[in-house]
Amino acid sequence: MKKILIIGATSAIATACARLWAGQGSEFFLVARNNEKLEQTAADLQARGAKAVTLHRMDATDLAAHPGMLDSCLNALQQIDIALIAHGTLPDQKACEQDVGIALQEFANNGTSVIALLTRLANQFEIQRCGSLAVISSVAGDRGRPSNYLYGTAKAAVSTFCEGLRARLFKVGVHVMDIKPGFVDTPMTQGLPLPAALVAKPEQVAQCILKGIERKVAILYAPGFWALIMLIIRSIPQPVFKRLNL
Amino acid sequence: MSSPLYSWGRFPYSPQGAHRCSWRSEIATLLGSVIDTYGGTLPYGNGRSYGDSCLAESDQVVHMRTLDRFIQVDWQQGTVLAESGVTLAEILAISIPQGWFLSVTPGTQFATIGGAIANDVHGKNHHLRGTFGNHVRRFGLLRHGQEPLTCSPTDNPELYAATIGGLGLTGVITWAEIQLMPIRSSQIDSTVVRFGNLVEFFALSAELDHQHEYSVAWIDCLAKGAQTGRGVFIVGEHARYGSLEVDERAKLRVPLTPPVSLINNLSLRAFNEVYWRLHPAQRTRKRGSYEPFFYPLDRILHWNRIYGRRGFQQYQCVIPDSVAEVAMRDLLGAIADSGQGSFLAVLKRCGDIASPGLLSFPLAGTSLALDFPQKADLTALFTRLDAIVREAGGRLYPAKDAHMTGSDFRQAYPVWEKLEALRDPTLISRFWKRVTA
Repeated sequence: MKKILIIGATSAIATACARLWAGQGSEFFLVARNNEKLEQTAADLQARGAKAVTLHRMDATDLAAHPGMLDSCLNALQQIDIALIAHGTLPDQKACEQDVGIALQEFANNGTSVIALLTRLANQFEIQRCGSLAVISSVAGDRGRPSNYLYGTAKAAVSTFCEGLRARLFKVGVHVMDIKPGFVDTPMTQGLPLPAALVAKPEQVAQCILKGIERKVAILYAPGFWALIMLIIRSIPQPVFKRLNL
Repeated sequence: MSSPLYSWGRFPYSPQGAHRCSWRSEIATLLGSVIDTYGGTLPYGNGRSYGDSCLAESDQVVHMRTLDRFIQVDWQQGTVLAESGVTLAEILAISIPQGWFLSVTPGTQFATIGGAIANDVHGKNHHLRGTFGNHVRRFGLLRHGQEPLTCSPTDNPELYAATIGGLGLTGVITWAEIQLMPIRSSQIDSTVVRFGNLVEFFALSAELDHQHEYSVAWIDCLAKGAQTGRGVFIVGEHARYGSLEVDERAKLRVPLTPPVSLINNLSLRAFNEVYWRLHPAQRTRKRGSYEPFFYPLDRILHWNRIYGRRGFQQYQCVIPDSVAEVAMRDLLGAIADSGQGSFLAVLKRCGDIASPGLLSFPLAGTSLALDFPQKADLTALFTRLDAIVREAGGRLYPAKDAHMTGSDFRQAYPVWEKLEALRDPTLISRFWKRVTA
């Protein structure tokens, strides 16, 4: 039984993780923007065995709301064994190229808000000297690709932030995991022409995440074969890479 | 839109555009937008219908599988209220440890609740508990352009009856509440004995069915002459003592679809002979987990792929008691003559418990189900079988069907016009178009 904070709790990958944790009788503090979806998620987790579920409505880009959320969370859970940061959006790259406002808003959704949350959570985890901070970034952060480099930039910022934070918190026994999912069949990717053979179900990714937390993995490609794909993609030299339309 | 969806038998082969439904609050909008764009649609669960009853005429379906949350469970009363995309396996995973089992389960646990209602599925205890629809307390129904409805025997009773076995045509089932049955153990005590022919099957059924919760028989559909209808009779019930454990053994998987069917006359004949001989001539009792007892094929994910790219058809009919023995002999004779057939043809005596569903398939009689690899000369065999079923006053199962004629359907299900009158005009399947045209 664990005490778990999930931000972006109604997303498909977060839900799949939460269902596995619910089966172990865990206690949850769920954060998301939409009350109705939060309530439906909570009822589902309770039926699947969750011991207690507390809900909190918050938009992660509302940075001023973060301290209040964290206070309520500690009030409900007392301590946090696992914090999973799973919120995010998939920006329209073309729109980001035309409109600075949209570009920065998307960066806030996927980058700034995560860094702000991690900064506050890190201090809490440093005090309790145990637990796992698991953050969903993306394989897209490994290279800047013309098709979605704004998204990739925000995810890369999160990954680099996690790397530094990991080294800081390692000394006090706190585990920081950077989760890099590949293509996942979720509402976020619905409508994208993805290669079917590479698309994973959220349930598969969730199993990877639970295992990764158990084994205290630093950077988790999910499913694992993405480590190999990204190794190849990272090693493409610039003169070649800039000519590709990835 | 996600990757295309198919029917379980992959015949007829018509990929369905999938429009995923993830939240209850979004169904109405999604339904409206699919209908506006494509003219019509059909709700699709987890794709366990064999023929064309799960294929939309527009080839664009509303995919309900991802609407998969539990809403409320009550372990005192044994009721589960859940969204319609929740599968039977997901229910068992949480109900078994609490001492509850599905009152009625079909031969796969990968069907959704919505699909189980829409096809009014039945199982090995039909003679005692009727169909799945007999245990549905109420459900939510969304018809295009209307406010959501709650249907039960007392609320909107006409739509309640039309939706159970209604093939997804009366509206989108959004959630349902079902009644489970208490168990003391997840193990099954079973008794197995082989029999030499159809006469012995009917004698065993008459003797054993009423003593056991579950009863089913596998038959060797290729056996001829005096051995026609030989097979293995299996009865069982939930053990009185034992543990309450969810079966989580690893699944095997057929990784790809071979270009041709792996089921051919040679492999079939050999398998059927060996399977029959492996079973005991004396009544033998054993105890085992529920999964191999109810869901032997669920062990192999994507088993439908072994039939190759052309797919397969299942033929399932039910024949009224009074003429069942004669008609079954004729049916099995015709199948053995053709030399075609399947692993695990299934024979089952159904009981006389009436379903609330208008177009429910089972009736008091004997049901026969078998799979055939798809090929051109199936038509001749099916025409012959259809004539025997028609003569005997029996009927075919829409959930399995890809071939029955409109006149056979309308004669066997005379209340079809009532369902047509209650159908949501924006929902239509290839099956419904075919048999009502």
